[in-house]
Amino acid sequence: MKKKMPLTLYLILKSPLTLFGAVLVILLILMAIFAPLIAPYNPNRISLREKLAPPSLKHPFGTDEVGRDLLSRVIYGSRISLQVGIVVVLLAGIPGILIGAFSGYYGGQFDNIIMRLMDIVMAFPPLVLALSIAAALGPSLVNSMMAVAFIMIPKFSRLVRGETLSLKEKPFVLATRAQGGKPLYIIFRHIIPNSLSSVIVLASLVMGDAILVAASLSFIGLGAQPPTPEWGALVSVGRKYILDQWWYATFPGLFIFLAVMGFNLFGDGLRDILDPKIRGR
Amino acid sequence: MRIAKYIGIRLLYIIPVMLGVTILVFLISHTIPGDPASLIAGPKASKATIERIRHDLGLDKPIYVQYMIYLRGLLKGDFGKSIRTGIDVATDLKKYFPATLELTFFSMLFAIGAGIPLGIISAIKRNRWPDHISRTFSIFGVSMPVFWLGLLLLLVFYSKLKILPGSGRLDTILSPPTHITGMYTIDALLTGNWPVFISALTHLILPAFCLGYVYLAIITRITRSSMLEVLNKEYIETARANGIPEKSIILKHALKNALIPVVTIIGISFGELMGGAILTETIFSFPGVGKYVVESINYLDFPAIMGFTVVVTFIYVFMNLLVDVIYAFLDPQIRY
Amino acid sequence: MEELLKVEGLHTYFHTYRGVLKALTGVSFSLYPGEILGLVGETGCGKSVTARSIMRLIKEPGKIEEGKILYRGKDLLSLSEEEMRTIRGKDISMIFQEPMTSLNPVLKIGTLMSEVIMVHKKVNKNRALNIAKKMLKEVKMPDPEGVLNKYPFELSGGMRQRVMIAMALSSDPEILIADEPTTALDVTIQGQILRLIIDLSQKRGTAVLLITHDLGVVANVADRVIVMYAGNIVEEGRVKSIFTNPSHPYTKGLLRSLPSLAKEGEELPTIPGTLPNLIYPPKGCLFYDRCDIREEYCKEGRPERFHLGEEHYVWCHKIKNEKMERLGYGRTD
Repeated sequence: MKKKMPLTLYLILKSPLTLFGAVLVILLILMAIFAPLIAPYNPNRISLREKLAPPSLKHPFGTDEVGRDLLSRVIYGSRISLQVGIVVVLLAGIPGILIGAFSGYYGGQFDNIIMRLMDIVMAFPPLVLALSIAAALGPSLVNSMMAVAFIMIPKFSRLVRGETLSLKEKPFVLATRAQGGKPLYIIFRHIIPNSLSSVIVLASLVMGDAILVAASLSFIGLGAQPPTPEWGALVSVGRKYILDQWWYATFPGLFIFLAVMGFNLFGDGLRDILDPKIRGR
Repeated sequence: MRIAKYIGIRLLYIIPVMLGVTILVFLISHTIPGDPASLIAGPKASKATIERIRHDLGLDKPIYVQYMIYLRGLLKGDFGKSIRTGIDVATDLKKYFPATLELTFFSMLFAIGAGIPLGIISAIKRNRWPDHISRTFSIFGVSMPVFWLGLLLLLVFYSKLKILPGSGRLDTILSPPTHITGMYTIDALLTGNWPVFISALTHLILPAFCLGYVYLAIITRITRSSMLEVLNKEYIETARANGIPEKSIILKHALKNALIPVVTIIGISFGELMGGAILTETIFSFPGVGKYVVESINYLDFPAIMGFTVVVTFIYVFMNLLVDVIYAFLDPQIRY
Repeated sequence: MEELLKVEGLHTYFHTYRGVLKALTGVSFSLYPGEILGLVGETGCGKSVTARSIMRLIKEPGKIEEGKILYRGKDLLSLSEEEMRTIRGKDISMIFQEPMTSLNPVLKIGTLMSEVIMVHKKVNKNRALNIAKKMLKEVKMPDPEGVLNKYPFELSGGMRQRVMIAMALSSDPEILIADEPTTALDVTIQGQILRLIIDLSQKRGTAVLLITHDLGVVANVADRVIVMYAGNIVEEGRVKSIFTNPSHPYTKGLLRSLPSLAKEGEELPTIPGTLPNLIYPPKGCLFYDRCDIREEYCKEGRPERFHLGEEHYVWCHKIKNEKMERLGYGRTD
């Protein structure tokens, strides 16, 4: 592991796209943490005299229909998007990993049934399933996160199942089994820890995806509700003004784009770097 | 012969998947949203009214009975009545489907037609400027919120440049062509109605580009990486060592192998296209099922939402079956 | 006799992220018409890189840095990619180690073979298929007609290698480069395939560069042998003189480790040590670390070609010095 670290770092630094992705992700995180310090105004401060003002020095991203500063709202919006990403990864990742590990480890009929269930979830177009679950749960940010997490579970479970299938034949696992190691011990001590590097790659990609799908749900009215400064919801309201007040929908949308791109580039780059087939050549 | 067996197995395999899909949709629509009866009855309804509606809908029956009733309805093409329009959901879907079909068809045409060549060029010009351009283009595509792209396109091409229409399927002064398939371009072609054909086509440009872009990006990416992988294979070296011209190496020896994963992705990502259609149709006021479902959401019109979900998912499953068949034709190891 | 192929001072490097790997540093040899030249060495010694350099099939990040590859006096390295392409498969052919992965899985044997024939012989498809059938007969393929309609995965490894041979010889090349052609095959058919390659090329007067890690193979079929170590040639000579009178310690080691030459009941000797680091290679003789006759002066500079006897050369400081001293010249370096 020690020998691997400098190489991984070297490869990240050598791949400009991965680096760019990492920078975008870090900026997003910083923006979310320091939102109150960076934002020039209170994101909810209404100023009807200044409503729908175009971008200016005073309001770099312009203002919305009740004169709130869009830059401040976009900055605060990063908190919601990041939160969506993290919550979805946890809500989908934890059950997904457990399902995958147990299913792969025990195999047989159990595995068969679990995987058919996953097939059913994956038979839906992702946004369509998220939409119907979110609609059934009722429009709110929390419900949209649960809906998005639900559709992401198979991604984790299929990945971890695949890893488990190959890991359970590895000598160190076979040895533990031969010594009478309990399945629970093997799964938590060997299988899950050893699948983590691919899980991290997937988590980065799912973060991006989750932000995108959740924003899409907000856009069609199923996620965060106005006046929450969620990016998708901002674009949704801004859409009404697109022909005359272009800045309203454009800037929040740009930030969704950048955040998703950041996670995608970082995840992709990381996958190439961690993939032993490609690395070292 | 084997191909028939292979397709047969695939067909058998999708039956449980389809059943599972209906169960899941049934569970979502019948168990999550509290009480549909009081929803339909409205907030001011009396307890007795709600009870009556519940009885009429069969909601007082055991859940598996309810499911059987639901499934029997589905098999007859009955998705229930829309709360918003009061019409059969099936009728509504039938009405809006051709528009969505037309839009997705043109999006796919654009995405596959441009994506595969772009991916090939990217792979053979690896790490040179055509590759950089095509990769940037596809990186943007996979991260692009469809609804934001749609708004930008609307802003630039409709509002600022004023060169393309931004909403609907036809110029308002024109009337739709004689209904044959419901797809305006095809119907106009069949009836020789050129003005309508041109108008329908120009109305498709922005939405089809918007919807197809993500798909294009995915296809370009996978074509590139698949080509790169194949070009590194030993049989390509054999072809080179035998003096086969580069053009044939790429278009015959490499491409046919490289297309196998591309076809798989085309099938899987079709789901993105169906999801994207919801957003695109909303942005461009394109009267398809996507726009229909978004309008239904505003009324929490469950029969409409679930009917849409089932139909779209069946299409997606069917699309993947089709891909499996194409796959078999590409890979002789499956065919034989 | 005039040489068919003359390799001069070939340097091929691989530009990896760890540094420049110097896979070949000054390889020079000749191949004469109709002869069978064995190229021997352990894995990683640069045999395959030499073969691929001749074919100009070195892939990124590899690059031929300097040297000449003269085919009938024409430097292949100065040709355009298109000119080189018309030589590959027509004048110089190559067969590879892995018959399982060296044939395109989605194209039929007939398609694969006829394309090569059409490209080089400028004939139509039917004619090409006929030639292909004839070639398949020559490689003793059962049911040649049927095989043309099959996909590679329907054939066994030995069958595929026969297809590869038929394809490589279909345009009557003057040179056939065979890179470990039997290594990946079942032991039972290794001999058959090797015999086939040799018989067919002898019949057609094709010169063969036979690359192998197995000295035993070379002993049976080759006319001359080149022994390579760490990207350099260490010894070259006629098979007989190499086997009866090996002089380089590496060649001796290789011969000692041949099962057929070892004495019964004795453990098979091996050459201790591993290949030197080719990214930061030592200045002196590359075999120094593993050599049992090394001297301090071997660390200074690479050994040069030294003429030992008729067509027998060695690259070794020590041997050269001893010979020179015996002849009364004293040390020359």
